[in-house]
Amino acid sequence: MRYALSALLLVGFVLAWQGVASLDSVDDLTLASPVETWDALRADWSLLWDNAWVTLVEVLLGLAIAAVAGVALAVAMHLVRPLRDAAYPLLVASQAIPIVVLAPIFVLAFDYGIGPKLAIVALICFFPITVNLLDGLRSVEPDLLKLMRSLGASRLRTLRSVELPASLPFLFSGLKVAATVSVIGAVFGEWAGADEGLGRLVLLGNSQLQTPRVYAGLVILTLMAVTLFALVVLVERIACPWNRKEQIA
Amino acid sequence: MQTEAEAPATEPLSLENVTRRYGELTALAGIDLRLRQGEITAVVGPSGSGKSTLLELVAGLQEPDGGSVRVNGATRAAERREECAFMPQRDLLLPWRDALGNAALALECQGVPRAEARRCAAPLFERFGLAEFERARPAELSGGMRQRVAFLRTLLPGRPLLLLDEPFGALDAITRADLQEWLAGMLAAEPRTVLLVTHDVEEAVFLADRVLVLSPRPGRVLAELEVGLPRPRSVTDPDLALLRREALEVLRS
Repeated sequence: MRYALSALLLVGFVLAWQGVASLDSVDDLTLASPVETWDALRADWSLLWDNAWVTLVEVLLGLAIAAVAGVALAVAMHLVRPLRDAAYPLLVASQAIPIVVLAPIFVLAFDYGIGPKLAIVALICFFPITVNLLDGLRSVEPDLLKLMRSLGASRLRTLRSVELPASLPFLFSGLKVAATVSVIGAVFGEWAGADEGLGRLVLLGNSQLQTPRVYAGLVILTLMAVTLFALVVLVERIACPWNRKEQIA
Repeated sequence: MQTEAEAPATEPLSLENVTRRYGELTALAGIDLRLRQGEITAVVGPSGSGKSTLLELVAGLQEPDGGSVRVNGATRAAERREECAFMPQRDLLLPWRDALGNAALALECQGVPRAEARRCAAPLFERFGLAEFERARPAELSGGMRQRVAFLRTLLPGRPLLLLDEPFGALDAITRADLQEWLAGMLAAEPRTVLLVTHDVEEAVFLADRVLVLSPRPGRVLAELEVGLPRPRSVTDPDLALLRREALEVLRS
């Protein structure tokens, strides 16, 4: 039922899009219709596919770096209280920097290749991961920590057996946000300077007035983000079965 | 007046003039308490009488502001923790571990590898009425079974002094009565030194050899009742009802 409604909504959206795009008053250069977009997808498929692959690699590697760094940072901040107090404002500040401004500087610093893209994706994605995981690690009930202390558990034992498993659902919440914004990060990175990738292709298409191709690229980018999100949800269900059961009960 | 030197080092538990304050608030004011080996002592008191604080002081989870706590000769909090099997009010089972894994956690905390800890815990499941539920997640167990898994976890490390903080407080009346009888049977078969904290006077007189009645905040000992009834006891025993009334009268005075 839920999926049927989603599908219905999507169909409605596409129809409305087609309707608006068919209006005489709407310039073809501003808005490509779904049909034109579909045609562009088919005609430019190999070009789109090659560039999508480049972007996907940037997204996945950037996400992986963000996950490893984000988890490590959250655990370190959780274990060392002074570090948390000192690093938290910096953590927030790292997200206040406009990425659009930072991206070209990264390109200058790391040259033209994949480096700056990974840096930007990772910079955007580690924040939701770290902040959510930190909240999760702190969410453990005081009574449970007391019990672990009475059982003679070491700090690391409590972290491993209680705090980390308890904060897995929080980690996945962070990963879901990270997965959706990661694609935006990769596009920003490519806009700042790249010779391949879907973000660059879209930018190029825009300046060359190839509007249907731009929309085709957007569709692929959106699908990429949605698929990543769905993958995280799937992994979460496998990794935290207890969490789902409790929600039902 | 007994001095420290006179107290034998093997005495399971002794509290001398123990005081605990939280800021302006005095939770416990001068508690004296001695437990005899193999004796079950219950502490009853109204909410806010510092019962849980008393238990956490003994368990080495808190330090007193005044007086001394001695468990099997251990005075430092870290040493006291090693002497005490502390059972909190709620079962606090980890939802991601199965029943066996939850029980084994107590041994893993002592550095026993997981597989070995599970092997050690497994034989006890039958005696705790949990046979064939080893692999069940806590969400699949009834409240009474969860509490028994928590008991198993508490007893597994084999520490000498058992501390129970309202162990049946979170259960419905029927399950509570069942588990009280089950615990009485367990302790009859395998005597232990127990300090039980509860607000349920009936539970106290049913399970304990001796009942201490605590006053409202700041908590101090109002009365000490010897139960001295033969076991197994029955909740419908008129002598038990008499003792219960006596304890309630002290509480209400």
